[in-house]
Amino acid sequence: MSKLPTPEELISISYNTPVESWMDTKPEIVPGAVAYPAKQETMEGLHMPNPHTWNPFEEDWNLPENWEEIIYNGLKERLEKYRSFKLFMDICVRCGACADKCHYYIGSGDPKNMPVLRAELLRSVYRKDFTTAGKILGKLAGARKLDKEVIKEWFYYFYQCTECRRCSLFCPYGIDTAEVTMMARELLHELGLGLHWIMDPVSNCNRTGNHLGITPHAFKEIVEFLCDDIEEITGVRINPPFNEPGHEVLFITPSGDAFADPGIYTFMGYLMLFEEIGLDYTLSTYASEGGNFGLFTSAKVMKKLNAKMYAEAERLGSKWILGGECGHMWRVINQYMSTMNGPTPACMETPVSPITGTVFHNAAETKMVHITEFTADLIKHDKLRLDPSRNDHLTVTFHDSCNPARAMGLLEEPREVLKAVCNNFYEMPENTIREQTFCCGAGSGLNTDEIMEIRMRGALPRGNALRYVQEKHGVDTLACICAIDRATLPPLADYWAPGVSVYGTHELVANALVMKGEKKRTLDIRQNDLPGMEDE
Amino acid sequence: MIISLLAVTALGVIAWLGAQSGFQILFGAWLPYTALAVFLIGFAWRIMDWARRPVPFRIPTTGGQQKSLPWIKPAPLDNPSDSKGVVIRMLLEVLLFRSLFRNTEVTIENGNRVVYWSSKFLWLFALAFHYCFLVIFIRHFRFFLEPVPFVISALEILDGIMQIGVPRLFMTDALVVLAVLYLLGRRLFNQKVRYISLANDYFPLLLILGLVGSGIMMRYFTKVDVASVKAFVMSLVTLQPNTEILANIGPMFFVHLFFLSVLLMYFPFSKLMHMGGVFMSPTRNLPNDSRAKLHVNPWNPAKEYRTYEEYEDEFRDAMYEAGLPVVKLPEDAEE
Ligand code: SF4
Ligand code: SF4
Repeated sequence: MSKLPTPEELISISYNTPVESWMDTKPEIVPGAVAYPAKQETMEGLHMPNPHTWNPFEEDWNLPENWEEIIYNGLKERLEKYRSFKLFMDICVRCGACADKCHYYIGSGDPKNMPVLRAELLRSVYRKDFTTAGKILGKLAGARKLDKEVIKEWFYYFYQCTECRRCSLFCPYGIDTAEVTMMARELLHELGLGLHWIMDPVSNCNRTGNHLGITPHAFKEIVEFLCDDIEEITGVRINPPFNEPGHEVLFITPSGDAFADPGIYTFMGYLMLFEEIGLDYTLSTYASEGGNFGLFTSAKVMKKLNAKMYAEAERLGSKWILGGECGHMWRVINQYMSTMNGPTPACMETPVSPITGTVFHNAAETKMVHITEFTADLIKHDKLRLDPSRNDHLTVTFHDSCNPARAMGLLEEPREVLKAVCNNFYEMPENTIREQTFCCGAGSGLNTDEIMEIRMRGALPRGNALRYVQEKHGVDTLACICAIDRATLPPLADYWAPGVSVYGTHELVANALVMKGEKKRTLDIRQNDLPGMEDE
Repeated sequence: MIISLLAVTALGVIAWLGAQSGFQILFGAWLPYTALAVFLIGFAWRIMDWARRPVPFRIPTTGGQQKSLPWIKPAPLDNPSDSKGVVIRMLLEVLLFRSLFRNTEVTIENGNRVVYWSSKFLWLFALAFHYCFLVIFIRHFRFFLEPVPFVISALEILDGIMQIGVPRLFMTDALVVLAVLYLLGRRLFNQKVRYISLANDYFPLLLILGLVGSGIMMRYFTKVDVASVKAFVMSLVTLQPNTEILANIGPMFFVHLFFLSVLLMYFPFSKLMHMGGVFMSPTRNLPNDSRAKLHVNPWNPAKEYRTYEEYEDEFRDAMYEAGLPVVKLPEDAEE
């Protein structure tokens, strides 16, 4: 792994552009610059096209014989299938409004990280092969020939886009570079090029239902451990049902919440909440992953992983699905799920909160409710006994995850919940939150350590905003509603705003939740002493 | 930039020479007719070409709170849940360039603070440019229509309300030049924008500058005989081109008309098609309602996934042992 520069070194970024045209510059593909490639067996197991062994640091990437034809056909097919893609190839006026909106550009100064140029990497090839002007005028019309160097450049830059869509918000035509990235990644996958850190979880999710490949019995055991911890903290014993037919609600969360610190505390929060309100629910080991790494791979793979949720709801006869805190899980659910899967299973109904009677009309088709919508509704109707002072030792801010913020507009619900469960809440600066939020720098499958410098560069805007509230308000807690965030924000905070810890929103709920029959709490969910509540 | 400048200059020279050397009928009549035909057919063809491609997934970019719980205030304009919101969102986008209004600029201050400044110049000049162009375009209808409708005369009076000079200076003429110069200057002097600019970004700006410039020349400097221009244009409109009158008008008119013809023919095949495209953009013109309504993907592929049965087959024994419910008991599964 290459050495990570200090924050001071990293932030001295030059935004000057090179003298030569961008078509004449090439990225340097060295260790640290790109993530590790997917293994051949993994790609074979998933029936991905052209699986092969290759090494990005070698000259020859062992592309399939007819690689040019594959790209040409792949491009053509996608231009026919997606109006958006064709339109985004055609109507960019290169006004540059999107240029400095991308966290990777802000953090690296590399002009090809400007969304417009990122898209031009693909657009230039499109022009050459699919437009008359490009065929005749060539470079003059912004067209260039596809060669192996271009493929490498794609690999380099389309894995420096976290598909966060911030650029799209500012584009006068709504050109969504994230979608262009998705197409480019699909094309790269057609050539058998993928990332280990994406394809391995995909393969695991497919096989075991969760991205670490935890087997069903191990999954059950882990959850039971968490229940032991809950018992220790609260004195309340919870025995959650697994794979049981006949419950009203199927609960699905990203599996990261079940295995990794600090996600496990969020998971404990869900369990405590459900116990407290007496929700009629079941967990599933088969569909134990809400997060969908297919989103970072291709529409086909996304569908493959997503389909299990409805299949399981149908098998268990659940009326609706409650979904945990996860970013890309919700992007898929909001934007793709019902369209991909067709009408929901007959047993499912428009979700109604069994506690408050609130009907979730906004989820009438997918029948999936976001946990913060659900909890915010409980709080609004005063159905929870909360003691926010149990979070008084924390000063909290909230990170809007790109996916729910810019794909759904899920902005107020988590805030409603947070404000009810903690007394010290401060927002980060206006240009860095809500729909203008900045990526954690490692979404869309880039949460891998070998590219730590790239991640920290991408994390600069978020880290800087965090540092700002840390200095101004003494913020030491960064709440979020995304499992990837819970993995990517801790290194971000350590690097850019040391001293800030990352919490899932439902962990803070769990701290504040006064459960029936609980003992006097002296510990928070992490089993640290609750200041001021120690045994007298 | 240089290439585009040369190209536009060459076009001007061609027109000038053409006018001098007796190709009036070609430059004055056939070319404008062809250009108009190319524009109309090309424009329609491009729109239809986009429209025939499916929108498999509805993935609008949202800019505010979703419509969810009844007591949470939604942002119906930036995150529309129905077509009413979409229409208003699109109108604001098309008429006021709302997304561009949001523009910010990033700097790093004091070596360690990332700051976002509001940046509205692009919005302002882009808006000025488009509106002036529109007004000028509408003003030109007095050459096409007889009698001149009241609205057009009124627009002219309003436009020239500053009463500067003879003939009165139209504000839009001055503004449009200013705006084009700003847009051009931005491309040349803003490093980032220069780096992303292609010849076909400069070309239309210069072409429009040539078009506007030749128009201004005619109106304020060479002072063409407006009556003759009108007579000629009317002859074009009535499909009886009368090139005789052209002798009274002078070559600058040819340059103007030629630039216009080139612009019309260039339009459908260039980025200028953003004019049509902006209405078609699926991230803007769809409501965010995929959770509430079923949409159909016309090419939806078959579902392929690992079924629960396959899953249980692999893990049955361990599941059974761990006390997890199984559909088939291990002993029944053996055979
Ligand atoms: S903001 Fe939109 S039109 Fe402008 S350069 Fe970026 S993608 Fe192109
Ligand atoms: S989607 Fe996000 S990461 Fe990708 S180009 Fe746009 S702003 Fe950058």
